[in-house]
Amino acid sequence: MRGYAGKFSEIDLATGKIKDVSFSEEVLRLYLGGRGLATKILWDSFGDRWETIDPLGPENILTVLAGPLTGYYAGGRMMISGKSPLTLGIVGSTVAGEHAIDMRCAGYDGLIIKGRADKPVYIFVTDDRVDIKDASHVWGKDRIDTYRILTKEGIRELEERSPDTREWREPSILHIGPAGERLSRVAAVQSKWTHGAGYGGYGAVMGSKNLKAILFKGMGPLPDVWDMERTTELIWKIARICFKSDAMRRWGTGAAGYDVGARQSSEPVRNWQEEWHDEKSFGVDKFEERVWVKRYWGDFGCPTTCLKLAVNKVGPFKGSISDNPDYEIQAYGGTNLGIFEPEGNVHICSVMEDLGFCGIQVGNVLGFAAELYQRGILTKDDLGFELNWGDAAAFAKLMKIIADREGVGDILAEGAHRAAVKLGEMKGMDLTKYAIVEKGMGIGAHGIRSRLDYVEAISYPCSVQGGDHTSPAQRDLRKADSELTAMLHDCGVHCWFNAGETDALDLIWDFIQAVTGWPITADEWYDNMALRILAIQRAVLLFGGPDITWKPIVDDENPARWYEPLPTGPYAGRVADKKELEEDRAKYFEDVGWDERGIPKSSTLKRFGLEDVDKKLKSFFGEG
Amino acid sequence: MSAKEQIWIVRDIPKCSGCRMCEIACSLHHENKIWPEASRVRVFMLVPGAEYPHLCTQCHDYPCIEACPVDALSVDETTSAVIVDKEKCTSCKLCIPACPGRIPFLHPGDKKAVICDLCGGDPECVKVCTEGNWDALRVVERSEDNRYSHRLYAKRPEEVTRELVTIIYGERGEELI
Repeated sequence: MRGYAGKFSEIDLATGKIKDVSFSEEVLRLYLGGRGLATKILWDSFGDRWETIDPLGPENILTVLAGPLTGYYAGGRMMISGKSPLTLGIVGSTVAGEHAIDMRCAGYDGLIIKGRADKPVYIFVTDDRVDIKDASHVWGKDRIDTYRILTKEGIRELEERSPDTREWREPSILHIGPAGERLSRVAAVQSKWTHGAGYGGYGAVMGSKNLKAILFKGMGPLPDVWDMERTTELIWKIARICFKSDAMRRWGTGAAGYDVGARQSSEPVRNWQEEWHDEKSFGVDKFEERVWVKRYWGDFGCPTTCLKLAVNKVGPFKGSISDNPDYEIQAYGGTNLGIFEPEGNVHICSVMEDLGFCGIQVGNVLGFAAELYQRGILTKDDLGFELNWGDAAAFAKLMKIIADREGVGDILAEGAHRAAVKLGEMKGMDLTKYAIVEKGMGIGAHGIRSRLDYVEAISYPCSVQGGDHTSPAQRDLRKADSELTAMLHDCGVHCWFNAGETDALDLIWDFIQAVTGWPITADEWYDNMALRILAIQRAVLLFGGPDITWKPIVDDENPARWYEPLPTGPYAGRVADKKELEEDRAKYFEDVGWDERGIPKSSTLKRFGLEDVDKKLKSFFGEG
Repeated sequence: MSAKEQIWIVRDIPKCSGCRMCEIACSLHHENKIWPEASRVRVFMLVPGAEYPHLCTQCHDYPCIEACPVDALSVDETTSAVIVDKEKCTSCKLCIPACPGRIPFLHPGDKKAVICDLCGGDPECVKVCTEGNWDALRVVERSEDNRYSHRLYAKRPEEVTRELVTIIYGERGEELI
């Protein structure tokens, strides 16, 4: 088998037992790696009792997986998954860094982490060796202290094991912050201070396992490929395509904070009450000139380096450090909170990262809370302070009480959907209409009302990953930004931006073959492999539980807010259309082999050899 | 060979993006594999954002060569690079502390000393850094007059990082390392 290290480490934190496991070539050929393999592992582990598994209980499994293309394809990433505390299904959530490369160079394609440690621990992955180590001294620490302490500790240990052979480099680190430790469903798995696997809420899963961090250092080469000459050729071909992507290199997604609002009217503004703004104070030129201290920043093997590093140099938020912020956090930590200047946005982003939140998810919660405050539903008495749009210091305070689970923060830590239900019960009113969520997960910062963004009526309602804007269901199953294409990159596991360019995307099948030797074609992927993974993800999303069960069709809906016409901007009046959703949804379900309720059909599941999924669906929906 | 034909790799480290394309280029060239820990140029990241390429600077007095007890290291007269004779190297590790920047290391595979050989005068790491427009690494003519200054770039990662965090993060830098 080529392209794989060939083994995975199964780690039981409850017993401390660690063993190598492997998957047959047949399984890897079907599920590749990353999101696909995570789906297979999770289904096989507890699919038959999915709805009983508490995502924050010891039975949940955290999968930390690379894919065959990781490290070879431009922009290596790590795929984090498990049963999601937000959607209760499987969310494939990726994060950039060197960790997946170090892991593969250490001889592992992934970690399968089970159980709950009885005290805080971290995992250290080195060549053919996995250790569980005490993490009491970093529990409670933020991103900066955690990184500093564990970097020194990791280097010291490497030096002790193999003295004087080199100046040791830092191990790559995945970690959680205080929000994850306190099981906030909007916590991320973090990397390098500013990166995070946010969607899904897996920071809380790490927290529930008492797992503060995972360190990786591999000394070997990446696993052998099937055709090194062809692989090398493709590496440079794709690098050259990326070198040409001018705007992406110069601005990353950081031009969108102004542009998506001003030009497209599809950016969340004040909890999606609007999607248009023309605030030139939020232009990318302002970010570039005032806060970007590093204009090209990237992770292993990225020819694009779309990231930027931002530091506030003056003002009340001096010293705050974040990345760009990228578009999503310009939106969710900026416009969605009524903040329209770089320093406030960088500060919000910096605090999110200090506390270990997913920027999209916590920004979604902050906007929800601020709208309740605007409407007098949440008051200064409830919060302990005022919460006005645009007040970055107040939003920072709110994040702190969410991370600490203090007062109303304890409710908001559960994410906007669950908070809306709980607060609604307390206040005796329906607050879910203010939660801009899909299947319990805050929706990415791309609205559908103006019809000018890439997302469609069905993008979120039919996605198997809820509100994930990086996995949108699209009418054209083979579109470069469709859920099935996103899934390919999620199985690879590599960066969707570097693969998304049309010229590069055409090379992906060649790339997969050069690395693995498998002649996987577009037809095989879109008609077979991707639909198999999608069907399992859809099934477990419908099983949900234990706290919520999503209803087919009823919950395959857009947020209520999107049925209110856009109030401002050149596209004022545009609105989501229920009929369009109904028609497109029915067609989509048909196209992917599901019945009219979106339940994968028996014939579909049989075609994929998923009779067990079919059986479980039948018994779950009372038809068995 | 005249000194004029010798090259030096200038490092403009605040420009390093941390993309590690140099490690890919280097290890593909020398190992025909992607092998970050065998790359002659290794990007350190003791503090996020303060990534920088750690590679041989060809000191005028070549302390690594001086320290080698078995004459496994020599100077390539054409390029000025240090050449490792793998047959002679005994993996004694003495070249590592001899370097002010502890830049040589033992190859993770064959355990022999590894030092940048300037790819015979056309270094792959520089090619990709230039083509990608980062320009953290550039090739210049190796000037006789500046050889003492070149040696100053043989520094340990912690020292380099201390300088970098100040450039990048200003007065907050000290508390980050």
